Amino acid sequence: MIAFLIRRLFQAAIVMLTVALISFVLFNYVGDPINAMVGQDTSLQDREKLRQDLGLNDPIPIRFARFVANAAQGQFGLSYRTAEPVGRMILERLPATLELSLVAALFALCVGVPMGVYSGLHPKSWVSRILQAVSLIGISLPTFLIGILLILIFAVGLGVLPSFGRGETMKLGGWTTGFLTVAGLKALILPSITLGLFQLTLIMRIVRSEMLEVMRTDYVKFARARGLKSRAINFGHALKNTLVPVITITGLQLGQLIAFAIITETVFAWPGVGQLFVTSVYSADMPVMSAYLALIGFLFVTINLLVDLLYFAIDPRLRTAQAATRAA
Amino acid sequence: MAGGISIARAWRKVSGSDIYYSFRTSRITVAAAIVTAIIFAACFAAPLIAIQDPYDPANLDLGVAMRPPVFWGGGWDFPLGTDDQGRDMYSAILYGTRLSLIVGFASVLLAMALGVTIGLVSGYAGGATDAVLMRAADVQLTFPAFLIALTLDGIVRGLIAQKVLPFDHDAIALPVIVLSLGLSFWPQYARTVRGAVLVERTKDYVNAARIIGVRPWRILWRHILPNAMGPVLVIATINLAVAIITEATLSFLGVGMPKTQPSLGTLIQIGNDYLSSGDLWITVSPGIMLAVLVLAVNLLGDWLRDALNPKLR
Repeated sequence: MIAFLIRRLFQAAIVMLTVALISFVLFNYVGDPINAMVGQDTSLQDREKLRQDLGLNDPIPIRFARFVANAAQGQFGLSYRTAEPVGRMILERLPATLELSLVAALFALCVGVPMGVYSGLHPKSWVSRILQAVSLIGISLPTFLIGILLILIFAVGLGVLPSFGRGETMKLGGWTTGFLTVAGLKALILPSITLGLFQLTLIMRIVRSEMLEVMRTDYVKFARARGLKSRAINFGHALKNTLVPVITITGLQLGQLIAFAIITETVFAWPGVGQLFVTSVYSADMPVMSAYLALIGFLFVTINLLVDLLYFAIDPRLRTAQAATRAA
Repeated sequence: MAGGISIARAWRKVSGSDIYYSFRTSRITVAAAIVTAIIFAACFAAPLIAIQDPYDPANLDLGVAMRPPVFWGGGWDFPLGTDDQGRDMYSAILYGTRLSLIVGFASVLLAMALGVTIGLVSGYAGGATDAVLMRAADVQLTFPAFLIALTLDGIVRGLIAQKVLPFDHDAIALPVIVLSLGLSFWPQYARTVRGAVLVERTKDYVNAARIIGVRPWRILWRHILPNAMGPVLVIATINLAVAIITEATLSFLGVGMPKTQPSLGTLIQIGNDYLSSGDLWITVSPGIMLAVLVLAVNLLGDWLRDALNPKLR
């Protein structure tokens, strides 16, 4: 257990270090921090003095260490585009992205698992076949097309749901939430379906194939021979054993959702960090880009680490396998 | 005469093979192949069958902007309507699909070349080289390829803004997007090829080749690689669909192909501004084209994966 933990932590540290390094290079070499701070008419000498004062002429390892220390406090300098502090820009927009990703993940899980269970239990029924066909189309269609399609149907055609923005939001401390107003909740529906649809098909396919596999095992046959009710077998024995991969995938996909929110946020003009990132790519706003990358790297690494630990906690076989290798 | 016989013989060889049998008996695969072939042919023949060259600014006429398609009450001079610049949508879709395919194929080839080379080196060299290359692949696989491509595109824009690269972004948009996509997709190939090399390198034919003094590179390229090509081709087919989607996504986000040289994604983005006013055709027709193309390529990829998988035979 300890060895496993240390190995995982080490891997996480490598990923985080790489991301930090890329972010550092973007910030310092692709962009020029001095240019962002001073006007056109500043003389070369003044620039050089500022460079010296800010420590930009120090050896690279020292500058990298300083960069990491600042980044840990959320300080990424000023945006080239708006001259606002980057840390604050990101912090203001983070709740929008996190709420969207969370709702999308819940949607994928709550709809995907039942669909997968059904088509795993009745693989030959026509409903399952339709679900399979739809899931293939769901995987083939690009996210932004699905979003546009939903806007066409529900916003332009039926006019029942908003096609852009977060609706009405409320401020809870530093966190703006759309959960507490009707308009905010309505605004969440289309974007979260768009974002979660790919994960939904993924979860459905995994649950389906795991269910098919589990239903063939001896313990399910034995449970049936004992005369247990179908419901007890399907949910108590079969579904329980399919959940380990489902939890892993859902956890790992949460990170993917936060990254893919970039597309959904652009389609629905959702004021989150993803939209900010696209704007910063378009306008070569390096401080914002490097801050976003550092943030997303941190989120990914943390989520992956947590999922690994969760996996370990859920599946008793892993613990015994570790014990066995240690004993051998 | 001799050519005719060898073609007939080659056809007999193909038509008698397992793969052709599994192709012929899967109706949906045949349909996907026909659709793909038609799209490819139409794109190759685009300059011949298009009404105008949509990349030529001289053809843009604001006087005919926003004309609806024929089935929407428009005229036959613009069968699929025009966009906000007066560009004929039918021609724009043909050229745009061609652009999407060019980007798709070029970036898949780049990713394949890069990934296969790295995989061969990594598997054969082992040790520290292997560890470094595979950790790099791990780090990259942690993040979605589309995010990496987006970041690479941003880096190029940054270098242009800093005047390190003396270009206008729109002028080099095509190579930039191919490079961004190619650099984002290599790890899958590298991992697969590395795995195959690890399996193959201990086999007798490799030892025999080594003993008679064949150089390592030659062993890798001529002896080991052909045995690893099956899975690489499967990845490449599925990767083609992903590359087309990613290109369309980047263009839709406004950081891919510019409006002067629209791909399918750019066309959809142009139309997106007019959705709420009910002028849907600028978005809908390229959207359908993109969906059909990706679906067909995906179906072919799925079939190829199953056909080349010995466990399923």
